[in-house]
Amino acid sequence: MLTVKDLQATVGDKAILKGLSLDVPAGQVHAIMGPNGAGKSTLSYVLTGREGYAVTGGSATLEGENLLALAADERAARGVFLSFQYPLEIPGVPALTFIRTAMNAQRKARGEAEITAPEFLKLARQKASELKIDFDMLKRALNVGFSGGEKKRMEIFQMAMLSPRFMILDETDSGLDIDALRIVADGVNALRSPDRGMLVITHYQRLLDYIKPDRVHVLAGGRIVASGGPELALELEREGYERYEKAA
Amino acid sequence: MSVAAAINTRDASALPGKRDEDWRWTDLRGLIRAIPDPSEPFAGDVGRGPFDGLAEDRRVLVNGGETRIDVAAGQKAVVALRVLARGAGSHATMVAVTLGPNARVRLLESYESDGGSVSQTTLSITLADGAVLERVVLAQDHEHAVSVSQAEVRLAPRADYAQTVAASGARRQRLETRVTHPGGHAVLRLDGVYLLAGKRHSDQTTVVTHQNIDGTTAQLTKGVVRDQARGVFQGRIVVAEGADRTDARMGHHALILSDRAEVDAKPELEIYADDVSCAHGNTVGALDEDALFYARQRGMPAGVATAMLTEAFIGEVIDRISFEGARDVVRAWAAERLGG
Ligand SMILES: Nc1ncnc2c1ncn2[C@@H]1O[C@H](COP(=O)(O)OP(=O)(O)OP(=O)(O)O)[C@@H](O)[C@H]1O
Ligand SMILES: [Mg+2]
Repeated sequence: MLTVKDLQATVGDKAILKGLSLDVPAGQVHAIMGPNGAGKSTLSYVLTGREGYAVTGGSATLEGENLLALAADERAARGVFLSFQYPLEIPGVPALTFIRTAMNAQRKARGEAEITAPEFLKLARQKASELKIDFDMLKRALNVGFSGGEKKRMEIFQMAMLSPRFMILDETDSGLDIDALRIVADGVNALRSPDRGMLVITHYQRLLDYIKPDRVHVLAGGRIVASGGPELALELEREGYERYEKAA
Repeated sequence: MSVAAAINTRDASALPGKRDEDWRWTDLRGLIRAIPDPSEPFAGDVGRGPFDGLAEDRRVLVNGGETRIDVAAGQKAVVALRVLARGAGSHATMVAVTLGPNARVRLLESYESDGGSVSQTTLSITLADGAVLERVVLAQDHEHAVSVSQAEVRLAPRADYAQTVAASGARRQRLETRVTHPGGHAVLRLDGVYLLAGKRHSDQTTVVTHQNIDGTTAQLTKGVVRDQARGVFQGRIVVAEGADRTDARMGHHALILSDRAEVDAKPELEIYADDVSCAHGNTVGALDEDALFYARQRGMPAGVATAMLTEAFIGEVIDRISFEGARDVVRAWAAERLGG
């Protein structure tokens, strides 16, 4: 599904990704762990097409299609979704308006008809209740004045609404209380399917108890320096990154 | 010298220009070599105005003329006032608006030109004790027009005056409001929106003079400029000696969407009283790149994302229009200009 080969990227003049390779087959969830500043968020921005992140080598494809040649919104229309480490506040735009505008833009790009207002509201009510989000919150300006945990929950709500094919979750667990973590994990698990893939960036093994990964990778110094099964996350939790940072 | 006098005497040298402090960013004298011939009387069809559906009292002034709007004590009225320029001549227009005590009026004003005219409108607006006026101005001038509107507003104690000027610019466009504020629990709201594209220019200038204690002024102007357009905001609030307990806030915020667009802003507070609460804020900048990326990551193309974010930015001002019908007209006007 997602194939990243020898990816190199700079921010400003600083090289951050230095030959990163990764393969997430359809149907699988891969976790990425790694020390602060290793380049995890950078990888998520490079894959989603943020300006200012220049690819200087390597490739990234989704189902064989070159992602790097597409604009950010075109990647989104192909089904790439990023749950942001730091979700943005959008003053003056109610959450529902924002999501409906996004959904219809994606549909238009795919040559599909717009969703009708009643269909959209029905879907929104259903997903909000699954994620235990107060529906009135969706009428407020997106993320403005929301708590850290509420913002993360709103990311997963957007993900559930847009139903993407490939999901990147960048520290979605940070800021969530214990109950919210379970609710969010349920929401994420509901999107697992044989034709979808997921990259879960986290610092804590705890999230991986709820969202069980098929593979765990260690990202250090802009590269994947180790990969293994779910047991690798337990080992990292015990022993930290020291030996991998040396390897990087 | 006044613009009206220059037009009436057809003396271009009498136009204000960059040497006049108030006009330095709207230099009519440097622009206009000769005042065009007087506009011909116009008898043709003028179509519908933007606010026609909302008002029972409709006034249309084409190529000059005068009108008086008098609303007696305690009476209510909704008035649509269309100030039209047809052709490329020059003319001046006079409007007098008088509200008796506790009268309640909605004045829905539009400027509509269709060519390279040079026109000026003088409005004299007087509110008696307790009168309430909401003035909504939609300035939809032609790209070749030079259009100046100058309102002189006098408030009595306990009056409530609210204004929103929505402007899309012209070759030169100036919308000026001067308010004499008596304090005495009179309430003033002076808002503006400018959405400029191409080579259009729009200038919103306001001067508020608080003359006595217990006055309130709230002012919010927002603009979006693109291409090679130029927005001008000059806001001055003067709090005279003795006008204590004045509460005045002024905000001006503009988004510049292209390298060649320009915004010139001069917010000023001149305070001669002691016990006042006054603040002003002024920001001019680009659209937030992070917010733009967030919207694009969710699937919105750049144009759709920009339209959504700029409409939300401007929406804060439009939401302050209390007359729903007029608010909808202005919102549709903005959506049409910002649409992706
Ligand atoms: N705009 C930028 N300009 C310069 N350096 C940057 C910029 N953005 C990121 N970096 C640097 O790139 C490196 C990788 O940052 P990144 O955010 O990808 O780390 P991360 O692995 O996500 O860390 P964390 O676990 O703290 O979220 C860091 O050293 C960071 O300081
Ligand atoms: Mg990060």
